[in-house]
Amino acid sequence: MNAPTKAFDPSQVKEAPSRFRTALGKYRVSRSAKCIVCGLCVDVCPLGVNEKIGGRITSPRDYKCLGPKCPTACFKQCPVQAITVRTDPTFETMGDYRWTGDMLVSTYYMCETGRVPQNGLEYRTGASDGGFDKLRLIFPKDPGHVSPDEVDTSIELNRTGDGRPQIDIPFPVYGGGMSFGSVSIRAIVGRMKAATALNSFCCTGEGGYPDDLIPYDDHVITQVATGLFGVREETIQRVRIVEFKYAQGAKPGLGGHLLGDKVTPAVAKMREAVVGSALFSPFPFHSVYSVEDHKKHIDWIKATNSKALVSVKVSTPTDVDMVAVGSYFAGAHIIHLDGSYGGTGAAPDIAKKNIAMPIEYAVPMVHRFLVAEGIRDKITLIASGGIRTPHDLIKIVALGADGIVTGTADMVAMECVRCHNCESGRGCARGIATTDTGLVELMESDWVAQRLINMYQAWRAEVQRILAKMGLKSIRQLVGRTEFLAHLDYLPDHVDGEIEY
Amino acid sequence: MPAKYHIHTQETPPRFKALIRSGVIAWEEGCLKCAVCVKKQCVYKVYDQRNLDGRQMLDSIDTLCKDCYRCVQGCPARLINKAVNPEYLQIGDDLFTPEIITKTWNQAATGKIPVSGAGYGGKFSGKGFDAMWTDMSEIVRPTRDGIHGREYISTGVDLGRKDMYLKAGKNGEMKLPTYPSVRIEHPVLLQVPSFGAIRKPFLLGLAAAARQLLTQAIIPAAVIDRDFRPHLAHVVPSLEPNIGLDEKMLSKVSMVEIADHPKVMHQVAKIKKKSSKVAVIVKVPLNKKSPARCLELVQTGAEVIHLAGNDDGRENTPKNARYIKDAIADVHQKLVENNLRDTVSLITSGGIALAEHVAKGIICGSDAIVADLALLVAVECRVCRGCKQGLPCPVCIEDVTADWTTHRMVNLLGAWHNQLLEISGAMGIRDIRRMRGERGRAMFFEELEKMVFAGLGKPAAK
Ligand code: SF4
Ligand code: SF4
Ligand code: SF4
Ligand code: SF4
Repeated sequence: MNAPTKAFDPSQVKEAPSRFRTALGKYRVSRSAKCIVCGLCVDVCPLGVNEKIGGRITSPRDYKCLGPKCPTACFKQCPVQAITVRTDPTFETMGDYRWTGDMLVSTYYMCETGRVPQNGLEYRTGASDGGFDKLRLIFPKDPGHVSPDEVDTSIELNRTGDGRPQIDIPFPVYGGGMSFGSVSIRAIVGRMKAATALNSFCCTGEGGYPDDLIPYDDHVITQVATGLFGVREETIQRVRIVEFKYAQGAKPGLGGHLLGDKVTPAVAKMREAVVGSALFSPFPFHSVYSVEDHKKHIDWIKATNSKALVSVKVSTPTDVDMVAVGSYFAGAHIIHLDGSYGGTGAAPDIAKKNIAMPIEYAVPMVHRFLVAEGIRDKITLIASGGIRTPHDLIKIVALGADGIVTGTADMVAMECVRCHNCESGRGCARGIATTDTGLVELMESDWVAQRLINMYQAWRAEVQRILAKMGLKSIRQLVGRTEFLAHLDYLPDHVDGEIEY
Repeated sequence: MPAKYHIHTQETPPRFKALIRSGVIAWEEGCLKCAVCVKKQCVYKVYDQRNLDGRQMLDSIDTLCKDCYRCVQGCPARLINKAVNPEYLQIGDDLFTPEIITKTWNQAATGKIPVSGAGYGGKFSGKGFDAMWTDMSEIVRPTRDGIHGREYISTGVDLGRKDMYLKAGKNGEMKLPTYPSVRIEHPVLLQVPSFGAIRKPFLLGLAAAARQLLTQAIIPAAVIDRDFRPHLAHVVPSLEPNIGLDEKMLSKVSMVEIADHPKVMHQVAKIKKKSSKVAVIVKVPLNKKSPARCLELVQTGAEVIHLAGNDDGRENTPKNARYIKDAIADVHQKLVENNLRDTVSLITSGGIALAEHVAKGIICGSDAIVADLALLVAVECRVCRGCKQGLPCPVCIEDVTADWTTHRMVNLLGAWHNQLLEISGAMGIRDIRRMRGERGRAMFFEELEKMVFAGLGKPAAK
């Protein structure tokens, strides 16, 4: 089944505003009683922040406001000085070190409009003080002329030459596993719709393969995880890519965990489990204790579906490079490294923070080792775990990955505020990570799909802009090219180009 | 087979309302009196439980809100905002951050480990123990399923001196070693914090907690009186240089601690003469001199050494204090190089605030870890240090009861224990003793940064 329009066609972008009455933003425009309803502010604002409704002026879209530095400045032009523009106090409470308020709000903006924000929000890096947030891009002095439109962002998912189908995706991103149970069915279906429209893929996670996904079969990656919840021969035969989840970066060394509250009748049926009782996936695969066992597993999938590609999802122990090479020799097409700072439904804080290494270290380690072993161009290396922006994508590819998997960014696209309460009670109060019948109603799958399409269009334009500025015609040329990166703690004495801060 | 170690936690509510990072501010003026107010729709029923706590002047909208922003985004008159709670930002210090303090309170109340959704929101790395990650196992090195009880992971440690080889007597008969060995089932010893509005019930609660947890509580000998009698097998009287201990107490305890001084081994010998069953800990300030000093002590027969760091998680030295993670490793390494590491037990204190600090301290080379300030936080201390300046304690630590103190501490240490099982299980380790000094099973920020980032910006070598 092919996508109706060409993937990443600009016509796919359609406005998809917030589901809530007031969108979250950085600035707050307020109007005092002095307002004489002259309507000047409505006319001057290029972003349509202000609106005249009946006999009143309101600012329903102040999340688009350019802030106190705005060049047209309605607040300066107002004849009676009725308007004040300042940072919204609520904004100061938003986000965390990795997903700052700026980054959340800019992602919302991309999802609504399909463009990166123009109002000075820091949408490129967060405030975690390390890794991606301390990496910067180096643009060469003389890149030659490459126009952004001609930059190819596609990658191949089968580089083994084993005769199985070649699958290309137009943009090096696909959706990571989020299981039915940990997020609502509408979130899942929305993601699948977006993956279909963008001619990419999205993974089911380990909660089984709901029938609602059958229309999107060609863009589904089904997951075989340690709990084997809902894994059947027919689900493996339906898809083009099967993913083995050995580990998950957010809780490395620990199995999945779905709290009892989230095991509703529908979830229980899908997982063949008991309503209301917590579900633990064991860890590890107790049938895999060697590379030979590992190969046996992959052979089993390959025998069940003669056309499928196999992805192996592992986390990042000290010897992640050995694990990667082992997976190649066991017959994997894709090795998917999930770094320790990735997202999840619910995990012990101690695991999220401490166990296994961040993806920024693991990717170059594995890339270098695969190069040294002479097999780098035989396998597709996919990275995930804390990749939030198009800039993170560029950085991880320059460190050695071919492409990425996203999870948290998709949640933020659905207006996740990162309150970290997905696991409590009825689940996400915003209707994303929940199976509560009332809360699920808060979101439509079409809206989810549109938000994701918009976000990835914005990402792709940004990636094309950056690659053109680097003088690269294809993202494949960026893989492992660390000369395009600088780390703020190790700035080279001399840079032949310009560092983007 | 001995019974498996299990910690009985029990819900033990706090006396004060917890602080959260941001509450909501809801204006009344301009309210449109909507048919269905957003306040009625709060999923967590924050507004329905609205009342003012007289003692703390805290509104429930400042203690219960879970940051979903729905009321903020839903009110048509935009009367509701969220705001950072200044009181939250004020608690704690650099090491015991507001986040660590509130999470410690939670663990002490519930005995449950902190779990949250949506990935990690913290910094990439940090200072001290934050600059290391622990390993996990994958595919060829299987992990252990300790947390769900499918496999038993032992966290017990034997403290005391050990011989490196068997010794034979004149006639070739085997001489059994005479050193006492003290088994603790949790690799954390408890110690009275260096400050706090502490009264006797707190100390009794601490001793009882050590007894319940099958570990030891280090308490200044001078404050131990008859009321401690039921707990004495789990109490370590701590002595200043050249102070003796009465024989009755000596006969009841398993360990004694003495602060280091030039003739400390004489004092140790004196105690051992009175009671050979007692293992003696020598408490040494942890700093650059400690590797040499510890070597000396071990060569002259020390059984257990307590490396005492500072409350800020650093060495005990006025200038250029390193983090204890590096200082422990130096002592461990020195003893390894001299083939003496296995003869002695090392325990370490100094700013242990989280379960991960226990695991990481052990990986750096300590056999067990000593908690102190964290135990005060378990009974709701805010680490304001007011008590140090003679100010009244904002949370009346002086009023706690012994039982409540015990429950809170047992809960905290119970949660820590489960977290140790998580880390051990992920590493594939079934016995915490195996973790000691296993630096190869950890990843260090400094090393990885250099390896990965130092060469950036230059054309990759072909
Ligand atoms: S509960 Fe909070 S963190 Fe979890 S999905 Fe919902 S908004 Fe995001
Ligand atoms: S939603 Fe806002 S305006 Fe409406 S009743 Fe509630 S507080 Fe008042
Ligand atoms: S932000 Fe959410 S949790 Fe907090 S009071 Fe408002 S509706 Fe309730
Ligand atoms: S809360 Fe403050 S005054 Fe009370 S014990 Fe703790 S540090 Fe001392």
